[in-house]
Amino acid sequence: MPLTAVASKLAVRPEQPLVRMLAGMTLGADVEFSSQRFADVVVAVPVGPIDHAHAEPLRHALAPILEQPAATRRALVLNLADVAYISSMGLRVLMMAAKHLRGQNARIAVAALQPVVDEIFSIARFNHVVEVFPSVGAALATLSPDAAAAYDTAGRSGP
Amino acid sequence: MRRLRFWGTRGSLPVALTASSVRRKLSVALRAAEGRSFASDHELEAYLDELGFQVSGSYGGHTSCVEIETGGPDYVLCDLGTGVRPFGQEALSRHGSSPRTYHVFMSHVHWDHIMGFPFFAPAYVRGNRIRIYGGHDMLEDAFRRQQAKPSFPVDFAVLGADIEFIRLEPGIAYDIAGMTVKLKLQRHAGDSYGYRFTSNGRTIVYSTDSEHKLGDPIEANSFVEFFRDADVVVFDAMYSLADAISVKADWGHSSNIVGVELCQMAGVHHLCLFHHEPANSDEAIERVLAETRRFEEISRTAKPLQVTAAYDGMEIDL
Repeated sequence: MPLTAVASKLAVRPEQPLVRMLAGMTLGADVEFSSQRFADVVVAVPVGPIDHAHAEPLRHALAPILEQPAATRRALVLNLADVAYISSMGLRVLMMAAKHLRGQNARIAVAALQPVVDEIFSIARFNHVVEVFPSVGAALATLSPDAAAAYDTAGRSGP
Repeated sequence: MRRLRFWGTRGSLPVALTASSVRRKLSVALRAAEGRSFASDHELEAYLDELGFQVSGSYGGHTSCVEIETGGPDYVLCDLGTGVRPFGQEALSRHGSSPRTYHVFMSHVHWDHIMGFPFFAPAYVRGNRIRIYGGHDMLEDAFRRQQAKPSFPVDFAVLGADIEFIRLEPGIAYDIAGMTVKLKLQRHAGDSYGYRFTSNGRTIVYSTDSEHKLGDPIEANSFVEFFRDADVVVFDAMYSLADAISVKADWGHSSNIVGVELCQMAGVHHLCLFHHEPANSDEAIERVLAETRRFEEISRTAKPLQVTAAYDGMEIDL
């Protein structure tokens, strides 16, 4: 399906940054990043380990999302289903994003953590920093009814 | 160097073991015994080990003071927190009034790191030599000030020992008490210094009250090199990572997670968590230790890193 059609189906504007994000970005040698908007929530999908080598590229990839007007983006959900490991540097990027979003009265959540990443979040006490959900659907259901509806309409084909 | 001996391991403030904590430990131990009897001291000791350290022991409450047993005649200490009081009693009971030399390496002069000195009995004994080393230019002033009126009844000038303050500089290898000693500037309010001690092929790093700003690879690499191949790194792991980089950012302390990562990158053999948060109970510290060991497993890419949590009275043989 063309990107514009996906964007239309998800009721989002096919603006250039979004198209770029939907197309996916390569963060490093083995990490990719994409994102989709569901109504007023952006779901970001990093793929690969977020270790010391890949934390800074992730920060750059998240920057356009964080720069979006707060009025149109009430929350950011990171789908970590394909993240096998996260280091302190990766957690720092999430902390910076959390601080930025809180300053806009927006929320940040992570979803679908692999067991090891879930353990790291617990050990680092990051489960007190960001909201943790078992799935993207569960996150959206809590964060925004509109986003949850858009996600369902999309047939949960998104990230 | 033969061993490390911890006389004080708590951060910021001494912590007392309370009656209710003792009672809770006894309650757990008695319930777990379930009427068992112990035919020998050995059986009893084995049972106490089964209970776990949070029940059969306690991390203790003295502030920072660590002894390095060099095998030589002089004593070597890092910091003069309240742990130096029992150390001083032990030293006097061993040697009586016969003169000794004490080498003390100061991380910095915040109160919890100097507050034991007025109660360090050997400082009152004529003939003893106390050489206090550090990177700060106000070392002597800080020690004199804490014993000045109205803070303490015995002025520093009354102390009988020969006390000398020696300023050290980073980047220079000093030969002190049979060891090669290097220091490193650390991120802490008013600065702090870490020490790398090497002797007979063994290396100990004492790095407390040191905040590590993530996202600065040059700084991180400098610590990796300072820790490189150390047998033991005594590391400030006062806060969780989340606290260290959010509500307690710029408070000058670090986390267990960063300790593991730096030590793994440096090929360290043994990470010893130190400067425990005073609000943490024995159970909380025990949990942090278990979690740190698990994180070490998860993040391990080369040889295993031994992880312990320092407690008052703990010894690490080298």
